[in-house]
Amino acid sequence: MFLLYDYDIFWAFLIISSLIPILAFIISGILAPISKGPEKLSSYESGIEPMGDAWLQFRIRYYMFALVFVVFDVETVFLYPWAIGFDILGISVFIEALIFVLILIIGSVYAWRKGALEWS
Amino acid sequence: MIIDTTEVQDINSFFRLESLKEVYGILWVLAPIFTLVLGITISVLAIVWLEREISAGIQQRIGPEYAGPLGVLQALADGTKLLFKESLIPSRGDTRLFNIGPSISVISIIISYLVIPFGYNFVLSDLNIGVFLWISISSIAPIGLLMSGYGSNNKYSFLGGLRAAAQSISYEIPLTLCVLSISLLSNSLSTVDIVDAQSKYGFWGWNLWRQPIGFVVFLISSLAECERLPFDLPEAEEELVAGYQTEYSGIKFGLFYVASYLNLLISSLFVTVLYLGGSNISIPYLFISEFFEITKAYGVFGTTIDIFITLAKTYLFLFLSITARWTLPRLRMDQLLNLGWKFLLPISLGNLLLTTSSQLFSL
Repeated sequence: MFLLYDYDIFWAFLIISSLIPILAFIISGILAPISKGPEKLSSYESGIEPMGDAWLQFRIRYYMFALVFVVFDVETVFLYPWAIGFDILGISVFIEALIFVLILIIGSVYAWRKGALEWS
Repeated sequence: MIIDTTEVQDINSFFRLESLKEVYGILWVLAPIFTLVLGITISVLAIVWLEREISAGIQQRIGPEYAGPLGVLQALADGTKLLFKESLIPSRGDTRLFNIGPSISVISIIISYLVIPFGYNFVLSDLNIGVFLWISISSIAPIGLLMSGYGSNNKYSFLGGLRAAAQSISYEIPLTLCVLSISLLSNSLSTVDIVDAQSKYGFWGWNLWRQPIGFVVFLISSLAECERLPFDLPEAEEELVAGYQTEYSGIKFGLFYVASYLNLLISSLFVTVLYLGGSNISIPYLFISEFFEITKAYGVFGTTIDIFITLAKTYLFLFLSITARWTLPRLRMDQLLNLGWKFLLPISLGNLLLTTSSQLFSL
């Protein structure tokens, strides 16, 4: 559309959009008052003294969902080129993609049965 | 000697021209970007005002009325107030992560506006990967939320960040599969091509009629990606104070606020582009449409009309999601994940297979 090549405008846009938070930080750094105090900087825990660190163990469920997510995300990324070339590739590749999706469906059914998708 | 000097002058002026040309070239690239950023900012202000007015209407209140006529400037006043507020950094937190988090979530959402066609061929950059750019870049935003949740060193923030990440990865897959069916129908990932593919038959050419299931799934999952109210688990006030935003104050909180509205706007824009025919006039067999076809290719007038149509469709969806926020109750975490994994994911997969088979028959 413009003089430069396609992705140059992407980089220009990236730089300009990253200027926005930087500018916001600078302006607020100039304008905002600073008055520090030990109480003020302690983390909020419903008004009482914070008990221990927040960087502790958390539920394993989050990992399970992340694992299942990775499987399906990679699947969709693989399906995108196939969808774009669908007209050219025809029926044989459609069947291959179907087999690919079926394997993943079996995998997700397995994960479902094993309770990887249960929250509690 | 005289000739020499004139030659040197010629060369000099030539160089000056060249450098001027380069400056113009850079300006020519930067001008549309700044226009877009300005437009985005104004629409965010408009959305914040709309949300306040609509919520006031639903709850039978008056809403903002003092800042400017009808309280139009309320959002601007709020933003200015946030700039003047002290921005606290929790003493035990990780300062770098704490600062980078909101920046990442804002930047990653703004970049997605690169591929939105506001009018006929009126797009910042018509990339071949179009929609895919949106999908890939918008999935960076949860990293920012996770960073800010972790960097705050606060239990509420940490849980909120984790929930935000879990929620957005759960709803990303149905969303991606819906977009996949759309790109399969129009044989392209470029947003301009997707809009073009819907331009025939006016109203009936919209992807909405060819992909009704995909449309509903896309709407639900984009609402969940925005963390709007039926799905705003990451910042559920009753359980998590404000989720990952708990420790934030001043302009960093403002950045999160802006990011959430930008996300809402871009989701509505993508619903318009993918399912409602983008900037097409949308009324078939209308006498005026031929007139528009003529003006479309050249004039400023046609582009203005296009932008107006796109924004009208977009604001319709914004209205829907704002109304949903003030009428629907919040889900529970397990309900949310069940809806994503056990309902939307199989349905969107089925929708994809249905679409491919119907395309196969028409091949």
